[in-house]
Amino acid sequence: MSQAWRVIKEIVRGSAITARHFFVNMTFHTLRLFGIRTKRRGAVTIQYPEVKKTLSPRHHSLHRIRPRADGKPSCVACMLCVTVCPSECLYVEAAEDADPEIQKVPAKFVVDLNRCCFCGFCVEACPVDAIRMDTGEIRLASLTRAGLEVPLDKP
Amino acid sequence: MPADVLIVLVKVVLTLVWTLLLALFLTWVERKESAVMQDRIGANRASVFGLRLFGLFQPFADAIKMLFKEDFAPTFSQRALHWLAPAFSFFFVSVTMIAVPFGDTIRLFGRDIPLQVVDLSAAVLFVLAMLSLGIYGILVGGWASSNRFALIGSLRGAAQLVSYEVAMGLSLVGLIMVLPSLSLSRIVDFQGGLLFGFLPKWGIFLQPLGFAVFYLAGMAGTKRVPFDMPEGESEIIGFYTEYGGLKFGLFMFADFLEVIVLSAMSTTLFFGGWQVPWLGDAGFVFPWGGRIDVAPWAVTVLRVLSFNLKVFFFCWLQILTRWTYPRFRYDQIMDLGWKVLVPLGVVNVLATGLVLAVR
Repeated sequence: MSQAWRVIKEIVRGSAITARHFFVNMTFHTLRLFGIRTKRRGAVTIQYPEVKKTLSPRHHSLHRIRPRADGKPSCVACMLCVTVCPSECLYVEAAEDADPEIQKVPAKFVVDLNRCCFCGFCVEACPVDAIRMDTGEIRLASLTRAGLEVPLDKP
Repeated sequence: MPADVLIVLVKVVLTLVWTLLLALFLTWVERKESAVMQDRIGANRASVFGLRLFGLFQPFADAIKMLFKEDFAPTFSQRALHWLAPAFSFFFVSVTMIAVPFGDTIRLFGRDIPLQVVDLSAAVLFVLAMLSLGIYGILVGGWASSNRFALIGSLRGAAQLVSYEVAMGLSLVGLIMVLPSLSLSRIVDFQGGLLFGFLPKWGIFLQPLGFAVFYLAGMAGTKRVPFDMPEGESEIIGFYTEYGGLKFGLFMFADFLEVIVLSAMSTTLFFGGWQVPWLGDAGFVFPWGGRIDVAPWAVTVLRVLSFNLKVFFFCWLQILTRWTYPRFRYDQIMDLGWKVLVPLGVVNVLATGLVLAVR
């Protein structure tokens, strides 16, 4: 018998919790609907395409090559990122540059997002801090595979 | 005579429209209420020309989606029965609404029109019978699918519904002993009286235990979580395994209709139907003295509103329950039905008999 009362108590308690959530949230929804500002919102939902969450500074998003002062890519085509990449998704072709101060430049720098796992090893391996993953671009989708092979050396 | 037929036709159509619209928007309420309970927002994207209205168009979007799906029946299924099963489920549930009184009598064009499609003299039995026949939708659906899993699901569902029918019948016996009639309109009239001079003479105050058993058994009858043995979503052996598109939609719709029927029956039998506490034909007469006169048309409006509000409340409560509790195991459902609700129903009948005999 005492167990039955315990069970009933728990059943009522469960309903009370969900009902409390319902009424508290409805109160905030209603207040905000009539334009009354409240500290809390009725829901924790972030309505994505319209409202975007601020990304953490260490978040790994789409790669970019930092430009030099003259706008050319600062990559020196040392291939360290290509070597360290566990997904083998980077493709770099080196080329000479007319400027004697610059040893090499990438003629082609393509990241294949079909394969990339966003580990960020390339960023850490780069000796000249040329590649970074801080564009904040996270809507990386394409209808074709080729669309996900992103050339990074073109601005 | 044609006028009578016309009146009945209009009432049938209005009742059907009311029921179907409520069921349609219950799908929306279910989504929104569960979302609000869980600190979410819920479906709010469906829009017509950019007008969102909190996703109120979602049910129509769902309906259109269901309509345009392929009407699929597996080659091994028994076509005719496969077709009939959702119709059974839908028909037997929706037909119960004709016995429910939505309000008292209104006077229109020199005629007294009761706001009830038919005043059956044994309406309580009619409703119980129709809800029992609803089991055929499940059984036939499982059988016609010619799929062992669907059959297991349908048999489990039938076993659950049959056992809870016993509890439901027993819970109403106590009420029937107290009430003067089986006709729902007379039951509602009776509940307009006062108990101990101040309490409305609602079934809940006469039969609290009976209501608890009735409501639980009814919730099991709606076959929704936590009593979702027939569907068995997490085990994928429900009786709708072989259903898709509009036929599946009809089954889901029948579930929501059952929620409405249970709400309407709880309201009518235990919460005074369209009665507003202390509201007579001429206005409010409060037991602590004092009265407020209300115009006759306002009385009718108040009563219809009262019925609707009570039904909405019970729909809300059922959705709250559905999104609060985890589902039962099969043996737990059987235990609750046979070892708790049926004995409680018998105890209720005995206690009612004792009180009636002593009084």
